[in-house]
Amino acid sequence: MTAPRVTAPGRTLTVLEPGPLTTVQDLGRPGLAHLGVPRSGAVDRASAAAANRLVGNDPAAAVLETTAGGCTVRFGRAVTIAVTGAPCVVTVDGVGAPHGLPVTLAAGSRLHLGPATAGVRSYLAVAGGIDAPAVLGSRSADLLGGLGPAPLRAGDVLALGPPAGTGPAATDVPVLARVPGPDGVAVGVSPGPRVDWFTPDAWEVLLSAGWTVAERTDRTALGLDGPLLPRVVTDELPSEGLVLGAVQVPTAGPPLVFLADHPVTGGYPVIAVVAAADIGLLAQCAPGTPLRFHAGRLPGLRLPG
Amino acid sequence: MAGSADAGRVLLAGPGAVLLELPTFLPPPDGAPDPVADALRVAALAVAIRVCVGRGELVAVDVVPGARTVLVDGVRPGDTDLLRSLLDEAVGAPAVGASGDGASGDGPLIELPTVYDGPDLAAVADLWGVDTDTVVARHADLEFRVAFCGFAPGFAYLAGLPAAWSVPRRGQPRARVPSGSVGLAGTWCGVYPGSSPGGWQLLGHTGVRLFDPAATEPAVLAPGRRVRFVPVPG
Repeated sequence: MTAPRVTAPGRTLTVLEPGPLTTVQDLGRPGLAHLGVPRSGAVDRASAAAANRLVGNDPAAAVLETTAGGCTVRFGRAVTIAVTGAPCVVTVDGVGAPHGLPVTLAAGSRLHLGPATAGVRSYLAVAGGIDAPAVLGSRSADLLGGLGPAPLRAGDVLALGPPAGTGPAATDVPVLARVPGPDGVAVGVSPGPRVDWFTPDAWEVLLSAGWTVAERTDRTALGLDGPLLPRVVTDELPSEGLVLGAVQVPTAGPPLVFLADHPVTGGYPVIAVVAAADIGLLAQCAPGTPLRFHAGRLPGLRLPG
Repeated sequence: MAGSADAGRVLLAGPGAVLLELPTFLPPPDGAPDPVADALRVAALAVAIRVCVGRGELVAVDVVPGARTVLVDGVRPGDTDLLRSLLDEAVGAPAVGASGDGASGDGPLIELPTVYDGPDLAAVADLWGVDTDTVVARHADLEFRVAFCGFAPGFAYLAGLPAAWSVPRRGQPRARVPSGSVGLAGTWCGVYPGSSPGGWQLLGHTGVRLFDPAATEPAVLAPGRRVRFVPVPG
């Protein structure tokens, strides 16, 4: 990403320190699952959307998604930015700046996002958006399918789009993300398509157990440590489509909850599906977070009579 | 769940998605599953759903074929009745072109020039009890059908290998399978569009670029297409 497509000289963002994992994300690539293309996009969509609103961006504008450790960047020109998602220290040239509010930076400013003090993923929006090359209509980095921009590295120069001109959202109330509390998180689920592959007890175990977010957690899936979910059907499952939030139970392992970069098909039964509104909360769960499922009374589909 | 396994089932996949499950097509006399017949019915159902979306009768973000299912994601609460009736039509329709006899002419035919120099060619020959030339001849003689895509962008699961020639996956997957590798696993044939880990039995490789995000049709092996492998010298 060292050949910026600039719309004006200096309208760039230079990566000084990328942090553990910082990627460009937007609304992703829905609609291409039948070709094996993951939907991708910001894992905590509400926080990414809030960042774009704060700087007056189109909702489809690309932002930066940081993971746990923050990042440091420098701007070639004066810009308006906003940081949302997981709370973190924000400094401009070493001076503290607010999280969750629009901030105007002078040309040459050094912006630092510190490690998340709660949650995992923070979002940096710049007025005009990150103007990385689009692939299949999206600027999102899909780390499973290998599409879109690579994770940021020190020295990368990203182009910025022209500001929309509407100015930042007028607000004096900081935007707060949903992040785990001291007791962890409670997440709503509805039965998945293969709930009948499991014993009736398994559903009760799913809802009553104290799960823990596993070390194996990334943009593709959130792993869970917890009890066994016994099956009644032990056949192999012919590969079938997966939805965002699917709670999949591999034969020889603990469940996974599928997130933004999830594979489009899978061969293990899905016992439950996490409510769309709670995916962003899962995006903020670090390994070790306690997690419980509850059967939310979710509006939605009814089976044909 | 609604419906019996014989009639196919409409399964809820969360509040906004439905998984339509076709009954397994069990042709006489031995009742063995027929992935090609399944693939044809899945393809017909997926097409019917997309036609309804195109006409504004249905809303869907994704229509995702699987081995025996179609996932319809991003649907409205009132759409399950229409999806049930589309499933009923797909179940009731005869599955044309059963196992390996050359399906009816629908769907474009993709021919992939293939160098049969795969590291597992001899292993497959042993499993089939034949020599490697026969493996090549058998594989190249088959007409495959893209049943569905998954695993990676542009990775297609191809149906058409007779059940008697099913091969297990490798005991240990390879850390890196070269891009373009042609492999077998179970009764599926697949071609790796990019380099990745993989446990399929590799027969050879093709130089055709299978996934190009900048192309009008990014995936060469899209669901419903027919595929033949054409042996070429290395």
